[in-house]
Amino acid sequence: MQPTDISNPQYFHKVVDCQWGCPAHTDVPGYIRLIAQGRYTDAYMLNRQANVFPGILGRVCDRPCEPVCRRARVEKEPVAICRLKRVASDLREDVAALLPKAPRRKNGKRVALIGAGPASLTVANDLLPMGYEVVIYEALAVPGGLMRSNIPSFRLPAEVLDEEIGMIVGMGADLRLGTPVKSMKALLAEGYDAVFVGSGAPKGKNLKLPGRDEAAANIHIGIAWLESVAFGHVERIGERVLIIGVGNTAMDCCRTSLRLGAKNVKVMARKPREFFKASAWELQDAEEETVEIVVNHSPKSFVMEKGRLTGMIFEKMEYEIDARGRITAEKIAGEEFFPCDDVVLAIGQENAFPWVERDLGIEFDKWDVPVVDQVTYQGTRPGVFFGGDSAFGPKNIIWAVEHGHQAAISIHKYCHGEDIARRMPYGMNLATSKMGMHEWSYSNAYDPVERRVMPHVSLKERFKKLNLEVELGFTAEQFTREVERCLNCDIQTVFTAKLCIECDACVDICPTRCLTITTNGPEDELRQRLSAPANNLSQDLYVSTGLPQTGRVMVKDEDLCVHCSLCAERCPTGAWDMQKFTLKVPYAADEAAESVPQTRTGT
Amino acid sequence: MSFIAKPKVSHPGLPRNALGLTLRDYEGGMSTLCAGCGHDSITAALVQAAFELSIPPHRMAKLSGIGCSSKTPAYFASASHGFNSVHGRMASVATGANAANGQLHYIGVSGDGDTLSIGLGQFCHAVRRNLNMLYVLENNGVYGLTKGQFSASADVGSKAKKGEVNQQPPIDPCQLALSIGCTFVARSFSGDKDQLVPLLKAGLSHRGFAMVDVISPCVTFNDHEGSTKSYDFTRKHFHAAIYADYVPPATEIRSRQAAGSVREVTMHDGSRLLLHKVGADYDPSDRVAAFEYLSRRQSEGQVVTGLLFIDEGKPDMHEVQNLATEPLNTMGYANLNPGQKALDAIQARFR
Ligand SMILES: Cc1ncc(C[n+]2csc(CCOP(=O)(O)OP(=O)(O)O)c2C)c(N)n1
Ligand code: SF4
Ligand code: SF4
Ligand code: SF4
Repeated sequence: MQPTDISNPQYFHKVVDCQWGCPAHTDVPGYIRLIAQGRYTDAYMLNRQANVFPGILGRVCDRPCEPVCRRARVEKEPVAICRLKRVASDLREDVAALLPKAPRRKNGKRVALIGAGPASLTVANDLLPMGYEVVIYEALAVPGGLMRSNIPSFRLPAEVLDEEIGMIVGMGADLRLGTPVKSMKALLAEGYDAVFVGSGAPKGKNLKLPGRDEAAANIHIGIAWLESVAFGHVERIGERVLIIGVGNTAMDCCRTSLRLGAKNVKVMARKPREFFKASAWELQDAEEETVEIVVNHSPKSFVMEKGRLTGMIFEKMEYEIDARGRITAEKIAGEEFFPCDDVVLAIGQENAFPWVERDLGIEFDKWDVPVVDQVTYQGTRPGVFFGGDSAFGPKNIIWAVEHGHQAAISIHKYCHGEDIARRMPYGMNLATSKMGMHEWSYSNAYDPVERRVMPHVSLKERFKKLNLEVELGFTAEQFTREVERCLNCDIQTVFTAKLCIECDACVDICPTRCLTITTNGPEDELRQRLSAPANNLSQDLYVSTGLPQTGRVMVKDEDLCVHCSLCAERCPTGAWDMQKFTLKVPYAADEAAESVPQTRTGT
Repeated sequence: MSFIAKPKVSHPGLPRNALGLTLRDYEGGMSTLCAGCGHDSITAALVQAAFELSIPPHRMAKLSGIGCSSKTPAYFASASHGFNSVHGRMASVATGANAANGQLHYIGVSGDGDTLSIGLGQFCHAVRRNLNMLYVLENNGVYGLTKGQFSASADVGSKAKKGEVNQQPPIDPCQLALSIGCTFVARSFSGDKDQLVPLLKAGLSHRGFAMVDVISPCVTFNDHEGSTKSYDFTRKHFHAAIYADYVPPATEIRSRQAAGSVREVTMHDGSRLLLHKVGADYDPSDRVAAFEYLSRRQSEGQVVTGLLFIDEGKPDMHEVQNLATEPLNTMGYANLNPGQKALDAIQARFR
């Protein structure tokens, strides 16, 4: 194998599995370490750099970081990353003085943002401190987008939303509530320097089955229904409720139903459990609240009696699943009637752009989704950008935030006549974390403690009030243990080949047998020859140049390193060192700083 | 040394041996030796060897004298028996222990100082008796624990860290062992586990005295330029007479090496030792030739490593002395102490 190029920031970035897995590349080990040190405010601010809404996301993030967490490979359960984010948010002090500020002197550029959801708010967050004038158009009377209208308040309290949205709007955004944009053409005519569409995927999908129209009064479309509940327009539901669909929206619908008086709630799934879209923890919370999940039932028709919905008929499905877990055949094995008073449809969402005229040079594809560049987030009309669910369909909040950051960069470049496709690469900083002979700047001892379990409000109390937050947050005892579960993957093992005397000390001491000194070879063959076979192909091998005495190579399997620093402690020559890696993610402000010194045009 | 303990976390995919144990079950306490000490690599090799042979840890007995080397038994097989004896007296303690219970795997760990100076007589008599044990000599050419004085294995001309040059001729433990009838003589290097681990396995399976002399650089007092026991020097002058593969009886798969270059030795337990010749023809069953080969190479400045001599045919101490095969501690009081009548009868025989 070729020696690994560790000067490329992406190599070490990938070793920080959570940060790599997070769409916004939040510095997870960094803020967990700050929590461990009791620096909650700093942890919050570090978090906010990338993910903008630590309090909100600390409750409802879809957590793409957790399944990839290294701890899940060493043991079973990942670090409770998301919950720790909430700890920082709950315990922080007033951050007003630490927030970015908008300068009094504006830069003369005006940008319109459509929808006051996470994507637009992130764009505003990034552009306001740079002197942009930002106008946010919001159809509803409150900002927040789906975070407000679709996530029930028992999961995400309104105060948390208000506070974090306030931090952005408070920088001086011109937030126009109750002001839907009815015509893109008209908006463009107002002469904004750029327009960003962050209007989400606001239309829930319908299910056209026999009886649908007749029973309409008792059939609700999930996201619209959740919105009505959020704004107090709906306060009741029947005793027996069927939810169709098993995504996260379905989980919110079934749990909301219970709080509106339903006694018997069933979630109806067409496929077996392993094909569900909902996050494991949301399914778990719903089941804890006595929601029954019925698998392998495909909706067939609505049943009416005396002009009222009385139930639904489902086809019982049978599937053949191959060894790789894919469905190869399906068959209908009969029918079953489920009585109910109300049905909630939670089978997906679609974008809705009736307000974008089709002669503006903004192209839509055959699913009526705008054609958007994956890197710049620009649509086919220059100066019009898209982000969040409106750009690529329903994902999750943290994706919308990342889209916002990227779109802000594009908008800035666009407004200044720069090439929006030429973007700053990621940077990094590496600094030794060795403090003394046997002292490290991080807690390197491996703590075998198991993942802490989030305490919940008791089942009895829970349903008394619609907006009673269910999760109580970690106790001090819990989070002080949980932070120690983090393996500090940002403290990298960095090797200097010319110092190695090949004494094997590091190889012998490594508890997870990550290290091997051996003759080089092709990757697939080398992987089998290591101290422990490196069968996780998603994890890289770190291969050194030839060692001074024998010409063999030092190989590190990045898969299971617990960053315990024992290799570096043992190494008599300091050939291994534990170095703190800081990923430098460029934001719009960095791009601006970068382009300032270009005073000479050069010849 | 490190100050944080090696955590009990381990690679979930770590292989298990016939007993269902992983390598980590053969580890011991945290080493207090200098980081990079060759002795720690030997410890790791012993862990590997015992793991691969699936020796139940409680069937092992570790013995040592005094020195950095003699501290190392604490660093492997925590679940086994151990005795850290007086400087140079390990071989005698091992003899006694072995006489009392011949059914354990005896692993003696000693230093060049411990063995070749104060313990020389002890060592020779254990060899002479063909005591059934693995005797690992962790050879660094210095007294590590007492801060780096030359030992009896230091070569003439070898430089100490402070610059003085050794004048005294060394004792080569392999030549010594050969000359007094040792039935298993091998030499290896702590920095070459590919060679060391099979040798340790073969030594553990040898019935009789198996001496493995392991060049083990002392990073603190003997890893500088001018030392003849440093990592760098040993790597440059390393000459493998023979590479061994140890094949335990359970595995009947033939080695993949070309038949012509493989010599097979059947060990007393039925397992085989496959010897791969490198370079000159080398016959490890010819004591005189081995001695001659070693001396010649030594005069050329080469460190000959590999299995140098093996004789599976000689009886060990238990057989020669007709000792009880059953461990004394399981015999029961009545057998161990037959009573006054029996004693009177024995004494009567000498009247
Ligand atoms: C009877 C006695 N004499 C002297 C000593 C002092 N002493 C301690 S360790 C040692 C030498 C150890 O050298 P070696 O066996 O080569 O082991 P190393 O430390 O080099 O591994 C000596 C002389 C002692 N402990 N007991
Ligand atoms: S830090 Fe070093 S010793 Fe610890 S697990 Fe990683 S490679 Fe192994
Ligand atoms: S401990 Fe240091 S010198 Fe020894 S093999 Fe490892 S990296 Fe090389
Ligand atoms: S003094 Fe030498 S022999 Fe003793 S532990 Fe240190 S390096 Fe090893």
